[in-house]
This record gives sequence, structure tokens and C-alpha cells, in this order.
Amino acid sequence: MAVRRTQVQTTLNGEETDFLCEPRQSLLEVLRDELGLTGTKEGCNNGNCGACSVLVNGRVANACCVLGVEAENAEITTIEGIADGDKLHPLQQAFLEEAALQCGICTPGFIVSSKALLDSEPELDEERIRFWLAGNLCRCTGYDKIVRAVLKAAGTSDNG
Amino acid sequence: MTTTEATGKYDVIGTRPIRHDGLDKVTGRARYGADVVQSDLLHAKILRSPHAHARILSIDTQKAEALPGVKAIVTSADLPIIKDQMIDFGETLGNIRLLAENALAHEKVFYKGHAIAAIAATDAHIAEAALDLIEVTYETLTPVLNASDAMQENAPLLHEKMTTRSVAERFARGDDTGQKSNVSSHLQFKNGDLDAGFGKATHIVEREFTTSTVHQGYIEPHTATVYWGTDEHIRVWTSTQGPFGVRTQTAAMLGVPESRVTVYPMEIGGGFGAKINAYLAPLCAILSRKSGHPVKAVMTRSEVFEATGPTSATLMKAKIGCDESGIITAAELWLAYEAGAYPGSPVGAGATTALAPYKIENFLIDGFDVVVNKPKVAAYRAPGSPQAAYAVESTIDELAEKAGLDPIDFRLKNAAEEGDRLPTGVPLPLVGCRDVEEALKNHPHYSAPIEGPNRGRGVAMGFWFNGGNQSSVTMNVNSDGTITLVSGSVDIGGTRAAVAMQAAETLGIAAEDVQPSVGDTDTIGWTGPTGGSRVAFSTGIAAINAAEEIKKEMIKRAAILLETEADNVVEEKGTFSKKDDSSVSLTFQEIAKAQLKTGGPISASAASNPTKVGPAYAGNIVDVEVDPETGKVDILRYTVIQDVGTAAHPSYVEGQLQGGTVQGIGWALNEEYVWSGEGKMANSSFLDYRMPTAFDLPMIDTELIEIPNPGHPYGLRGVGEVPLVPPLAAIANAVYDAIGVRQQHLPISPQNVLESLGTIPAEE
Repeated sequence: MAVRRTQVQTTLNGEETDFLCEPRQSLLEVLRDELGLTGTKEGCNNGNCGACSVLVNGRVANACCVLGVEAENAEITTIEGIADGDKLHPLQQAFLEEAALQCGICTPGFIVSSKALLDSEPELDEERIRFWLAGNLCRCTGYDKIVRAVLKAAGTSDNG
Repeated sequence: MTTTEATGKYDVIGTRPIRHDGLDKVTGRARYGADVVQSDLLHAKILRSPHAHARILSIDTQKAEALPGVKAIVTSADLPIIKDQMIDFGETLGNIRLLAENALAHEKVFYKGHAIAAIAATDAHIAEAALDLIEVTYETLTPVLNASDAMQENAPLLHEKMTTRSVAERFARGDDTGQKSNVSSHLQFKNGDLDAGFGKATHIVEREFTTSTVHQGYIEPHTATVYWGTDEHIRVWTSTQGPFGVRTQTAAMLGVPESRVTVYPMEIGGGFGAKINAYLAPLCAILSRKSGHPVKAVMTRSEVFEATGPTSATLMKAKIGCDESGIITAAELWLAYEAGAYPGSPVGAGATTALAPYKIENFLIDGFDVVVNKPKVAAYRAPGSPQAAYAVESTIDELAEKAGLDPIDFRLKNAAEEGDRLPTGVPLPLVGCRDVEEALKNHPHYSAPIEGPNRGRGVAMGFWFNGGNQSSVTMNVNSDGTITLVSGSVDIGGTRAAVAMQAAETLGIAAEDVQPSVGDTDTIGWTGPTGGSRVAFSTGIAAINAAEEIKKEMIKRAAILLETEADNVVEEKGTFSKKDDSSVSLTFQEIAKAQLKTGGPISASAASNPTKVGPAYAGNIVDVEVDPETGKVDILRYTVIQDVGTAAHPSYVEGQLQGGTVQGIGWALNEEYVWSGEGKMANSSFLDYRMPTAFDLPMIDTELIEIPNPGHPYGLRGVGEVPLVPPLAAIANAVYDAIGVRQQHLPISPQNVLESLGTIPAEE
């Protein structure tokens, strides 16, 4: 009962990558189960929690709501591709310094989503950050320290 | 944000190092339950009841078994016959027969979502497709959907043999009443003379309140991966708050000795009390034994809502009276908590905690544990306390108004203090109830003007007794002078750091020189679950005890190296010197480096068994704005003040206050299970079960009051749970202040606000 699989070519975290996937498989499933990139998390599998946030051609997407086959020719960035080698992204550093995580399950999604904001908007305030992150649910922190971390990263990162 | 800066009393405690497990969590490398991969792995899906109450007449799995890729199916027929027996899985006692029936329905289903069968297949899609091929016939029964209906004399009975156990007066466990009922137990606390108390009252307020079923809402769904090896050993990789509790439950449900089960705790994506029960591990274990493969199950979000444990919906009555001067003369509470499908709501904790901020001589508290056709409730952060506090703190607010007193002044007049007794008879140790109330009164937020129409301010207090429980820690000294610290406590919110800091403080080394990790059930001694706000406190004590052992051994080694007697060596902040010649000294690192030449590896194991747990008080000030047209409530400003004992890592303590408060905001304003008439949850997604987002909230300001707990070497007390207690009433009181109508139903949703204003008719 093997389903015929489709070959898909992408640029994943800067590397040309191809994979085989079933038409019904989501990008989330492909990343986690086929490519072993488990940093992208599943919280709801229907686009409501943002734990699986990835960048598709620079825009935030819930990987659970994108089909693997839709990634053809796309540039995909996951949490594994946010740091520059050993050098943490300013967002990652700020999340650590500001204690902006507790259990950590939503953290990859918040960092990926925040990166898209920092990359596109150099001028940020609390209101804008809160609006942008409304698609990412965190149940541990009450968001206070997350918002502060993003504000801090916005101040220290040279345009992301 | 205001915080008390580290006092300088300690070198490590009170500082804010980067948490040890942080790097893995910001880079995606941390491994959670769903990230487990095993060779030759199968994936499981679970068939769940579409009915809230039904008798299972037959289950036919033949067609499902025939589907290519399906490797094993489990139904309750595969579980051993289990007798009624209470097991202790850490802080919680549970009847293993009922736990097993909840994990896999036997003869009846008691809620929509109740597991009936599980299928293991080569991939999750095949397992899911096979679920549709299982044929189940039911005789549907009338569901019982709330405590009020369930307590009616002629209500359909969920459990035909269940009778009400009466737990009368303080600790005396009363007799079985023999009365068949959906009320599993009736507890009662009383003191003084209630009638005389109310007789002395000048003002009396009596109100009825309801709260809805709400969920803990952790972002990581439940998961388990199990391999039942040919050596008959069962290995469980899971996301849990209590690995030892999962071991106990799994072994008991499978009828095997605990020693044949090893539980490997993965990182956990939130729990708040709900990841203490083992729902999946026993099913995966049987699927593994039948198939010969390791088997992994991950719940969907809908399954998490419908088939794990939310917390109790309640029906509550409060009556409180005070004299002319505002002194409370009597209080009467009537609390009915829904337990869900099986007995065991947290009504006892609600009854114990709700009046704890007050000195009250005359009281009567009745609590009822009521079964209904909903998922069996599980613990949720200070379980049972937020609901009862909502009733009491709303009533107190109204009473203060009647007495013409400021609500904080009213509370200060009646504030509980050391030596006052909880309704259980237990006296309070040194606590910061009055300190928190004075800080509320003095906070700039409280005196700031409220500008604009439909805006209001509310305050409320909350209490939680906190847990202690036992923990184990093992510590090894590395040759470079760092140490490894293995504990049995799963780290949900930064406790690796909080525990490591206590070890570092004791040893006189840096927090970064301690490498903390979480052991599995074979590598570390028994440890209670991460719950009850106990880890930083109790596992911290185990770490301090182990560090003291290490220090003793280091002194012996220093004596060898310094060519003197051990009693001639003194240690201060990680430096070991001769008493009679302080110019001769060794560092912790130097002794560590020489350990193999001075007697061998240095390590220690220690446990904690704390007897003096420090309870916690928290208070809230909140400003809201109500839109009179839509009924929507916005939070404008929020201040949380809490007695935290000593804040080990203040950033993570603040995080507990902020996170708990925001769960309370959700509970107060948005969150509820919406039930159809047949008892089916209509909103089992994060879209429709609306938890607060970043955009719904302001910053949550915190003020940490540090009244050291005499029961801990550094004064720590539990901080995690009490933040969820005051918000429900604080927000309800603020809404009253804004629109002049008391809010007696949670959530204070737009619909309920408009109903309370009479803008729209009340729904049945």
C-alpha cells in the first residue's frame, strides 16, 4: 500500500536539498520524519499555534499547513538554520539572556517568526511585536519576556 | 518591571545566569517526546468514543487487522484484570482499576474521546485509516453533563455501584454512606459557631458562582514510545512530569513488577499538572509486545482536549459576614466540583485554600466530588484553588464595599498570619500574607488614576500550600573542578538552573561549573513528580545535601594534600585552607584535579524529605476596560505581587508569576469547553478554545516579596502554582468596578458580560 512518492527540490537552510514525499505529507511531517529536522515542533497540526513556524521564501508559514510538494523550488529556513554556525542569532542570544523560554516547545517557532519580523521591519515597538507574534502561542511565559527579548534583539541586530 | 535585586546575601542564589539547557532549546536541538526515533518503529493511533455515555456491546477488529501495514491492535480485553487498589504515583493517589479503565474503556464509555482501541501500523496514516475499520456497537445512555444535574436525586448514575463516601470534619475519614449517587465524596470542614458568627454580622453577602471546564493548554501534545523487549523489559520514552509515576502506573496497569519498567523522560513541552497521568504508555506497551516492535503514539490537539484531563467546572456558593468594623465573623462555602468520568476532583484543595488569606473563627465548608460524563480531570496549577478563590475573593470584594472599606484595607484587617490554622487544622508557618497585601496597597499601580469610561480596577488574593515530596540527586566531581548533577526532576521551566545554583552556592563554585541533567528511572533514585511547586524547593534540598557530602569529602582530600588532619581544614567559598596557617590553601579545582591520587573519584548521592514546606500568597491588581457594545474585556495593566521566599533565579521566578497570571487571564475571560447537548466538546482546537495571545496582553509587572521559608537552607518556597489563584477574582472585581455588575460566571466572555448587563437574554 505504498503511495507513490514525489521528488521535491528545495533550498533548505542554505543547502540545496531534495527529498521524496507522499502528496499527503505536510512540510512539517517531511522536515521532522523524512529529513530528521525535529527542531520544528508540532503543537496543533492545524495552523493555530505557530510551533511549526518556518520561513518559506522569507515569509513565515506554519509548516503543518504547507504540503511537502509545495516546497518545490522554495527556500526554506527552519530553526536549525537560524544561527550562523557557532554564532547564535541575536534573537537566540536575547531569548537566553531575557529568560524568554520556560518549557521551550514554542521557542523555535517564536524565534523563526520573530526573525521574519526583524528581517523585514527595522523599526519595532512593543505593539508591533505583540501583533506580529499573535500567531504563536506560548502557555508558559505570559509573553512578557518574549516581547522583551525581541525588542532587545531588534536593538542589537544589524537588520537581522 | 520591578524586582527585588539580589540582596548580596548569597553569591549565586539571586543572580540570573543563562539556564544550562537554554542553548539546546533556542537552536532546536532539545529532544522532546515526539522527537524520539527507534529502529523499526511503528506508529499508533487510538479509536475514541463518539458518545459521552454508552455501553460497549461489541468491538470487531477483524477488518482493521486485515489492512496491510497494521501490525497490532489492543482493546481492554488485552489488559490484565485489575482489582481496586490505591497506588501512589507521587503526590497523587489513584485507584489503578479506574486509571486503567480511563486509559482503555472496559464495558462503558464515560465521555466523548474515551479510548476504546489502539492500532499500531507501519505509518501513522495507515493506523489512522485502520481506525475506521474497527466496528463498535453501542447502547447509548443519557449523559450527565454538569454537577447540578448529576446531584439530582433521579440523575442517571455513571457508575452503578458507586456510593457517597462522607469525609466529615477535619481529618476524620467518615463512613461510606451506602447511598448510590454521582457524588463520590462529601467533605466538610467546620469550626466555631456559624449561626452565632452570622448573628454578629452587620453585613452579609451571599452569592452563587459557576466556572467552566478549562484546559491546561500546554503546547506539546502527550506522547509515548514503548519497547517491550524479548527480555521482558519495558522501556518507555515519554514526555512526563513524573517518570517514576509513569513507571508505577504502567507497571500496575500491565500487571508487571516496577523493576521491569524503565522510563526515560524526554524534554517536556509544558504540563501544568496534566502530564502526571500515563494515558499512552500502557497501550503502546501492549502494542509493542504484540507486534515485537517499538511503538510510538502522539496525540492530536483534539485528543489532548477531549481525552486528557482538563480541570473541574464548578458550582459554588459563598456566604460571608462581617461586623461594623469590617472584621469577618463567619463564612460558609458550598463547593461542587466536577471530577469528570471518575472520582477525584480537586475540591479538597479548593476547600482548604479558599479562606486561607483570612482569620475566620466560625466557618462551614462543604465540598462535593461529582462524576459527570466529561474527561476525568487532572491537576492544573494549584489544582482546585483558583475556582474557590474566585468565589471567595469576589464575595470579599462585595463585602468590603458594603462595609465601606477599601478592599485591601478590608483584607489587611482580616489578614492571616503565622500560627493561624487552615481549615484542615494545620497551622501556618511564617508566611507573607500581610506583606503581600501591604505591598499591593503601596504599589504605584494601586494609587494611579483610572481614566476613561467603562474602566475599572480589581484586586484579589490567592493561597497555595505548596508541595514538598522527596527527590534524589547524584553529584560527581570532574577533574577540572566542575561537577555533574543528576536529579530525578523533569525540568519544565528552568529548574535545572535553580537546582544547580543551590549546589553551586553550597560548594562555593559558579553556577556555570555545575552541569545539571535529568536521570531516568534506572539512573537516579526515586523522585516525586515535577508538580506542587516543589522542585526548586525539595530537589534543591537534595542538591544541597549532596553538595554538603561532596564538601566533607573535599575537606578530607585537602587534608591529605595539605598534609594535615581533616579537622584542621576549613572551607570558605570553594577555598580550603589550614586552620592554623591560612596562608596554605587549595582551590576546589586543585582538589578535584588530584582526586584520583587522593582516594578515588569523588561523588555523592543524597535525597530530600522536607517536613517544613513554605506556603505561598499572591496578590493581583488589574485594570480592565469593558466594551459595552460587544461585551469584550481588555486587560490594560496588570501587577502581580507574591511572597516567593528566596528567589533562586529571579528571572524564572518572575516567569512563573507572569505565566500563571496569563493562564488566569485566559480562564477569567476566554477559555471554556463548549459542550453540545449530547456532551460533545464543540471547540477542541486552539482556534476555538481561545487562549491568550501576545496581542491580547500588556506586560505583566511583578514584585517579588522575599520572606524566607524557615524550612529551606536558603529560604526557598514554591512559587509556580499560586500565581494562577488570584486572577479569576481580580479580573471579575475589575469588571464590576468598570460596569457595576458582579460577574458570577466564568469565563467573563462577551456573551456573559452582555447577559449580565441585560443587553441579551440569559442562555439556559
